[in-house]
Amino acid sequence: MDFGFRLSPSSAVDLDKVNLALYDRLAELDPGIRTCIGCGSCSATCTSSAYSGMSVRKVLLALQRGRMQDVEKMLSNCMLCGKCTMVCPRGINTRRLILNACRLYDNVEEEV
Amino acid sequence: MIYQGKQKIWSDYQKEIPDNHWFYVRSCIRQNFWPASEKYFLVICRDMLGRDIFESEHHTTCGGIAYHCDTIPQETAMTIVARQFALMTEAGYENLVTSCITSFGNYAEIIETWREFPELEARIREDLWKACRREFKVPKYLAHASDLIYKYRGEIAERAKFHLVDKQTGEPLKIVEHIGCHYSKMFPHKGVGGAEYPCVLSGMVDAWGGEVIDYPERRHCCGYGFRQYHVKANRGYSMSNTYKKFESMEPYHPDAIVTNCPGCPFFLDRWQYVIAEQEGKTYGPDGHGIPALTYEELAGLVLGVDPWDLGLQVHQVGPELLLDKMGVPYDPAHKYDGLDEKALKKPGLPNVLKCC
Repeated sequence: MDFGFRLSPSSAVDLDKVNLALYDRLAELDPGIRTCIGCGSCSATCTSSAYSGMSVRKVLLALQRGRMQDVEKMLSNCMLCGKCTMVCPRGINTRRLILNACRLYDNVEEEV
Repeated sequence: MIYQGKQKIWSDYQKEIPDNHWFYVRSCIRQNFWPASEKYFLVICRDMLGRDIFESEHHTTCGGIAYHCDTIPQETAMTIVARQFALMTEAGYENLVTSCITSFGNYAEIIETWREFPELEARIREDLWKACRREFKVPKYLAHASDLIYKYRGEIAERAKFHLVDKQTGEPLKIVEHIGCHYSKMFPHKGVGGAEYPCVLSGMVDAWGGEVIDYPERRHCCGYGFRQYHVKANRGYSMSNTYKKFESMEPYHPDAIVTNCPGCPFFLDRWQYVIAEQEGKTYGPDGHGIPALTYEELAGLVLGVDPWDLGLQVHQVGPELLLDKMGVPYDPAHKYDGLDEKALKKPGLPNVLKCC
């Protein structure tokens, strides 16, 4: 029966079921990413975000929630300019984080 | 922690509820959704328990729905509420009890706002005088009608003809209690048990022999949320919140839901039909739903009132399985009989949800 509306898809994240392998591996390589406070300074300063949708904050959030498919496209838009690293108030090397993430995606288990 | 310390902390979560002499204000929507609930609040408190509850035919809406839907400013709601206070003062009462949770939240918010900004109260007094030449006193005590039933729960238990117990097995019935968001989420100290441990309904269930279910989404909104439901484009979101609650309570196999808000029982009841039609999912045994009752209906059943006099036939989810478990007698032939045995129209049955 058509009521003119339907159930909205759930945005709940079941952390017991999602795949956090990539985030855990990245945290092993650079434990600093666990100190991220999600302030968004990295995303605000990103040159490519305005036209490509790239956002380091979103990348980290997606990794913490195991949403790999959201990360891949964003990572491909990063130019590795390093401006995000310069503004991070927690001193996280976000440029290295992105590079590591790209390498792990390509199954290159090599530390920077 | 030492026992006395615990008692002291818990005393901060208690609310002073006078025993008698209340001015009662009704809800706009409850009389349409559950027409017998407000009547039986008065029957239970006045006729059965002998309390003085006064209501005036001159009272109006409190403006709460319009205020929460952003269609009137708070000052307008304040002037409407000031008029209700004037009616209470003129009738010689100092304690105000509301039938509606949103009215309760609205009154509480306005009283708190006036306490913080006395100049605003002075302006509203002036506006009310200009509009209708009335003056008022701010209520000494403000309570929701469920606070009173909670206070009288022991007396109701003493007079109980039926208990929230499975007649066959002797086990307590599993009851989900759902408290309206505007009861204590806005002003925690106004509700019994505060926002963290609201026990206004669980206290009733315990006193009448039932077992309260503690499930993950127990304090989640029912989904009504005013602007979620009133805008048709948002109704899917409204229903999704209800769906989330049902998915969360389903593993505990509840026998009934009890609520103290006008909207919650409506949405917890009617959305079961819509979810069943759209998703093919039902939450009760064998394709039935979980009956969602108001606290007056539950108190009425415990006190032995005829289920059809309580208006249980206007619920989408049939109450028969619950009545059978409690051992409450009912006559299926008279389910759709109105006042003076006038035949009401019999509704069509849903495709998926079993209703009787």
